[in-house]
Amino acid sequence: MTTATVASTAVRPRAGRLLRAEWTKISSVRSTAWSLAILVVTAIGFDILITALTMASWQTASAAQKASYLADPTGFLGPALGLAQIPLCILGVMLITSEYSTGTIRASVLAVPRRTPMLAAKAAVFAAVTFVVGEVVAFASFLIGQQIIRHHIPVSLSDPGVLRAVVGTGLFITVLGLLGLGIGGVIRHTGAAITVVVGVVVVLSNLARALPGTVGTHVAAYLPTNAGVLITQAHRESGNLLGPWQGFGVACAWTAVLLGAAGYLLNRRDV
Amino acid sequence: MIEVRNLSKRYGAKLAVDDLSFTVTPGRVTGFLGPNGAGKTTTMRLVLGLARPDGGEAVIGGRRYRDLVLPLRMVGALLEAKAVHGGRSAVRHLMWLAETQGLPRRRVGEVISLVGLDEVAARRAGGFSLGMGQRLGIAAALLGDPKVLLLDEPVNGLDPEGIVWIRNLMKRLAAEGRTVFVSSHLMNEMAVTADHLIVIGRGRLLADCSTAEFIDRHSHAQVLVRTPDADRLAELVSAEGGQVERSGADTLTVTGIAAQRIAELSAWSRLVVYELTPQRGSLEQAFMEMTAGSLEYGSHSSAGGAGTDRGPAARAPEYDRSAS
Repeated sequence: MTTATVASTAVRPRAGRLLRAEWTKISSVRSTAWSLAILVVTAIGFDILITALTMASWQTASAAQKASYLADPTGFLGPALGLAQIPLCILGVMLITSEYSTGTIRASVLAVPRRTPMLAAKAAVFAAVTFVVGEVVAFASFLIGQQIIRHHIPVSLSDPGVLRAVVGTGLFITVLGLLGLGIGGVIRHTGAAITVVVGVVVVLSNLARALPGTVGTHVAAYLPTNAGVLITQAHRESGNLLGPWQGFGVACAWTAVLLGAAGYLLNRRDV
Repeated sequence: MIEVRNLSKRYGAKLAVDDLSFTVTPGRVTGFLGPNGAGKTTTMRLVLGLARPDGGEAVIGGRRYRDLVLPLRMVGALLEAKAVHGGRSAVRHLMWLAETQGLPRRRVGEVISLVGLDEVAARRAGGFSLGMGQRLGIAAALLGDPKVLLLDEPVNGLDPEGIVWIRNLMKRLAAEGRTVFVSSHLMNEMAVTADHLIVIGRGRLLADCSTAEFIDRHSHAQVLVRTPDADRLAELVSAEGGQVERSGADTLTVTGIAAQRIAELSAWSRLVVYELTPQRGSLEQAFMEMTAGSLEYGSHSSAGGAGTDRGPAARAPEYDRSAS
């Protein structure tokens, strides 16, 4: 056999090898690229639509609606975020559960028998991809939205908190994607993991808000999505327990714990 | 070199691998044989570090698989027909594997040509036939030019041409001094491929010897004799301690006495013999006999109460051809 080809090559450091391999994995499944592209277009389009409709009916809008827009002019990023968060979570889930359902996980573990670096490389590559996607959606939505609302509410990236909220939208999307990856890694089964992700991201955060008393307030505030979304708002609402970066930190902590659990279980379990 | 020492793996109440020890040496094809559920795949998974043993250890070249740096350059494994994401092309699948080992891109092209997948390399693996998937799996196993190969049922899904190809490939790899460890439930396939056999049943070692020795030891060689004096010869053979079975007017099947001795007996008694054919036992026959007591899934006709004797007795086993 062709021993020469194999033996004569210098081997680059492990991190570089694994990052390249995970990039090849994620970029070589066409459906991933397609769903990301569709996601970007629909999120921006949806955002423009909602903002344009709101502005078209500005004269007839209630005082409360006007007040909420004026209170946080970056609020028009909400529809884009709402549309993007679940698909990205699911993409994060599928990134790892599809390895289990197709058997690729065995090839991965045979290639990288110390399994933690493989998961770390996967998380890093996915974080980079979702960060780019998240920031593209956030900045495009902001810049177009800014033009739509400028006659009624002038807003600029240099206004206090605005740049942080726009960048934060991309960051929050990134963390949500990684949260999905962590949950997928723990659960391993696509259907079950998606159910849990939707439960955590959508259902739980709204349910907890309904809890009575200060306990409910505290529980709700520290849930990953409720805490993480704060960074996407230019102005701090009165009564928020956490600041924007504190909230983002809480969401990151949740994600880190889940990814840590996924890494621990990946090493413990048979594949 | 693969060394398995006192390896055990338990799944619930069942011991899938039970205190198994054997060594697979380089330079020859070692067959890994056993009935369904005997623990072949589990053993391979333990050797490859995919599953954790409950006891004992398995080492390749003196090291546990988990401790290998760039493992695919040392060990190549084919576990299932498809361990590939259906949405990824063959070439990209091999590409990411190569990247984890720091192998150059051209190595991917080399193994694709080696297994004859050039024409479909850019196509999504989801559309591959079982045979094409198997070739892709073999390409992945050979990617790092490994010294040790573990192949679980490699002929599964291959057409006759593919079977001959993999057979020759395994022999060539062994001749190059590599360690080739191949599991199969196709006993005839092992008879023509394997130089050495490791036979297990219910997770335990049943035999570890050369293929020829295994057949000699575990099958009763028979001699077919055709003679017009069948009655007379039968008496002589029985007197010598052989078992005779009358299978026709002038045909005897003799067990327990060598063909030479039968020839001598008939010559001394001046009996005419038309035909005297030693019939070597087949590997299949030897295997059936050996594993009769260790069948996991015998052909039970009655359901049997829970926890009752799963006695396999001497019933002919039914082999599931689809999986192990």
